[in-house]
Amino acid sequence: MNWSFFHKLGSPKWFYDISGRWLPWFAVAGVALLVVGSIWGLFFAPQDYQQGNSFRIIYIHVPAAFVAQSCYMMLAVAGVVSLVWRMKLADVALKCAAPIGAWMTFVALLTGAIWGKPTWGTYWVWDARLTSMLILLFLYFGIIALGQAISNRETSAKATAVLAIVGTVNIPIIKYSVDWWNTLHQPATFKVTAKPAMPVEMWLPLLLMVLGFYALFTVSLLMRMRLEVLRREQKTRWVRETLEKLS
Amino acid sequence: MHPQRKKRLVLVLLVVFGVGVAVALALGALRQNINLFYTPTEIATGVAPEEARIRAGGMVVAGSVRRSSDSLDVTFDVTDGAEQVTISYSGILPDLFREGQGIVALGRLNQDRVLIADEVLAKHDEEYMPPEVAQALEKVEHMKVDGYTPPAAN
Repeated sequence: MNWSFFHKLGSPKWFYDISGRWLPWFAVAGVALLVVGSIWGLFFAPQDYQQGNSFRIIYIHVPAAFVAQSCYMMLAVAGVVSLVWRMKLADVALKCAAPIGAWMTFVALLTGAIWGKPTWGTYWVWDARLTSMLILLFLYFGIIALGQAISNRETSAKATAVLAIVGTVNIPIIKYSVDWWNTLHQPATFKVTAKPAMPVEMWLPLLLMVLGFYALFTVSLLMRMRLEVLRREQKTRWVRETLEKLS
Repeated sequence: MHPQRKKRLVLVLLVVFGVGVAVALALGALRQNINLFYTPTEIATGVAPEEARIRAGGMVVAGSVRRSSDSLDVTFDVTDGAEQVTISYSGILPDLFREGQGIVALGRLNQDRVLIADEVLAKHDEEYMPPEVAQALEKVEHMKVDGYTPPAAN
């Protein structure tokens, strides 16, 4: 297996150059997907036979929940790389992705509550899915707080990596909570093994929104990471040259 | 791989495995407490505590909804396919409440094993479809059975 890609990732300068080239593509794709997906989902997708128009919140709720959980998986992978290979860029990725993941979790919880009132009759209920999602939000808060509380960069990297890795136990709990326990939240509409319990004219815009959210996540992550790399490497020559070119 | 890195990787995997086992054991021990509601079978067999506020969940039995003519009082039965529990409630029901719909009611069992509920929540299922498709499906269902049968509890 060719590991040169992996080792290049250890170089902040290489990351800064390549991410600058990727960024516009992700930005254009993200905007296009989100615009098409939301107009299609909000205006052209048919109503639901039970919920009417209120089901359309799915076009925000589901992509946000997907990205919130994927982002946490990414944190854990970055945590392993940072602990085992002591790669500084992994720590940058972990620190920069945590606030984005926290916001996505918050959006998923908020839209779920707004939808829950008319559909279920309550904003919040302490069922397994909602509670495990709230724990995910607190895990993100913990990672952010821990990273900020420790001023020594190396110690802070180790501590946040350990918390991110340990917290992954929550991810399968979120996923399977609706199957393992009685919950108010309905089981998954989309399964790998079965046809979606939703017609294509409803899930196609949802797919666009999900891809759009992933692109949006990538764009904001890369932008945050580039800034953090510049800040951490500000004493090196290539950063000074880059900044001179910019100003 | 560098032996030092290998050692650290093994250590990380062991920690994840250990935490996973610990959480699995804890969740296993708390199994019943994490369930949001008791099923009618659990209430009938006495698993659910009396003299305590509990949640009961199940499908509303078709034809069992009786409304009072001069108040918001309503009684209905819920089933899980095997047993039934009667629920009595006074208040406004959620929009999705209907016969054949899954619901969760919070309240206390009285001596007659009727759940006196002070909150009724509708449980939404994972099926989404446009209204025209739902109507078409209903029509097919009616032609198949040729007459009235209660909607299947799924």
